[in-house]
Amino acid sequence: MDGDETVVADLVTTACSGDRRAVARLLTLVERGGEPADAVAEATHPLAAGAQVVGITGAPGSGKSTLTDGLAASLAEAGRRPAVLAVDPSSPLTGGAILGDRVRMEAAATAGAFIRSMATRGHAGGLALAVPGMVRVLDACGFDPVLVETVGVGQVEVDVVSVADTAVVVVTAGWGDAVQANKAGLLEVADLFVVNKADRPGAHEARRDLELMLDLSEVTGQAVDRPAVMLTTATEGTGIDDLWSAIQAHHGRLVTEGRLVGRRTRRHRAEVRSRLEHLLTEAVEDRIADLPALPDGVPGTVARRLAAELLGE
Amino acid sequence: MSAADRSPLRVVLAKLGLDGHDRGLKVVARILRDAGMEVVYLGLRQTTDTVVAAVEQEDADVVGISMHNAGHLVLAPRIVGALADAGLEVPVVIGGIVPDDDRLVLADAGVVGVLGPGASAEEVATCVRDAAASRGRG
Repeated sequence: MDGDETVVADLVTTACSGDRRAVARLLTLVERGGEPADAVAEATHPLAAGAQVVGITGAPGSGKSTLTDGLAASLAEAGRRPAVLAVDPSSPLTGGAILGDRVRMEAAATAGAFIRSMATRGHAGGLALAVPGMVRVLDACGFDPVLVETVGVGQVEVDVVSVADTAVVVVTAGWGDAVQANKAGLLEVADLFVVNKADRPGAHEARRDLELMLDLSEVTGQAVDRPAVMLTTATEGTGIDDLWSAIQAHHGRLVTEGRLVGRRTRRHRAEVRSRLEHLLTEAVEDRIADLPALPDGVPGTVARRLAAELLGE
Repeated sequence: MSAADRSPLRVVLAKLGLDGHDRGLKVVARILRDAGMEVVYLGLRQTTDTVVAAVEQEDADVVGISMHNAGHLVLAPRIVGALADAGLEVPVVIGGIVPDDDRLVLADAGVVGVLGPGASAEEVATCVRDAAASRGRG
């Protein structure tokens, strides 16, 4: 694929010089996967300077997009070069998607932030493959920080956010009580909580429930760094600056306590792992497609025998 | 098939300026989603600048602009021109109330397709696919 490599090398040079069309083109190549995506990864890896990555997640309607808009807008106004990756779900039936995050991101767009919408494209961990590669492109092109916004409903979305430098989980008043807060899942990956729509009744109760849950985490010794719980009203811009200060404080602690390296190693491992899974899945699909008929026998035993063949044992 | 052929078409949908009738645009968004496309929905009160920025950053294959305020003869050529000025060869489809006589004018101005009231879901999806194919996608 020498042709691809030349095209990609030219695109990367153009993108790094500030051409947003070339940046967008590279993101498309990564999102589509295959050999061009590998060529982009090879070309951008050495250029990535280690941009700060912030994950923002929460239930649909919690105000993630508006919060992300506020953060990106104020960062751009302060002279930073923020980029946003906004993820929305694909339809499992048709593969189509309505990506509506830009509707709430006018301030960031006006302030000059680079915003890219993407669909989960459903199948087999595609998001886990595409997001790290797209973050790498944005990083290589000089964007910093990179804000990754996802609906935190599936394991993959949680994984994507949990490998950010700072994972922000957004809830709203009335999202649940102290028992909900102690259920496993999304809340466990938070480095920071935001109770958004704080102008509505119940916001302080929501904060109290989260603090109670965090007290319990300290009792069981699970908490390394107790997450702050911030109150925001994103539509009014209230609390956005404090939220960014809290994100910076968390990032600062990661650096001074030597934990940032560990996080980024974890991110690297997670990416290698999802690429390996992807390669193995492809090999499995090819093998199954090549078989004229599946051998008779107990499914588990047949699978073991095929696995041994595939892995060359 | 290459990865490019398999990946969904990406379509930016918007309304420009003071034109609050967005029901049609929402219906089109849903039709295109159900036809397997990825719709970047900008919604109401966009400007040529915000549309161009979105098309650029989203690497869109097609732009759909909905117009119900009789501004198409002014605004449609302006969008086509702004995209060309930005070096973006992305086909523009106009939806809304466009008198038959104006269709030729829009075609001359570089608009690739026009969808009027009563267009079926299939016609909408086909029009967008044909528009993408006219520039080598789809």
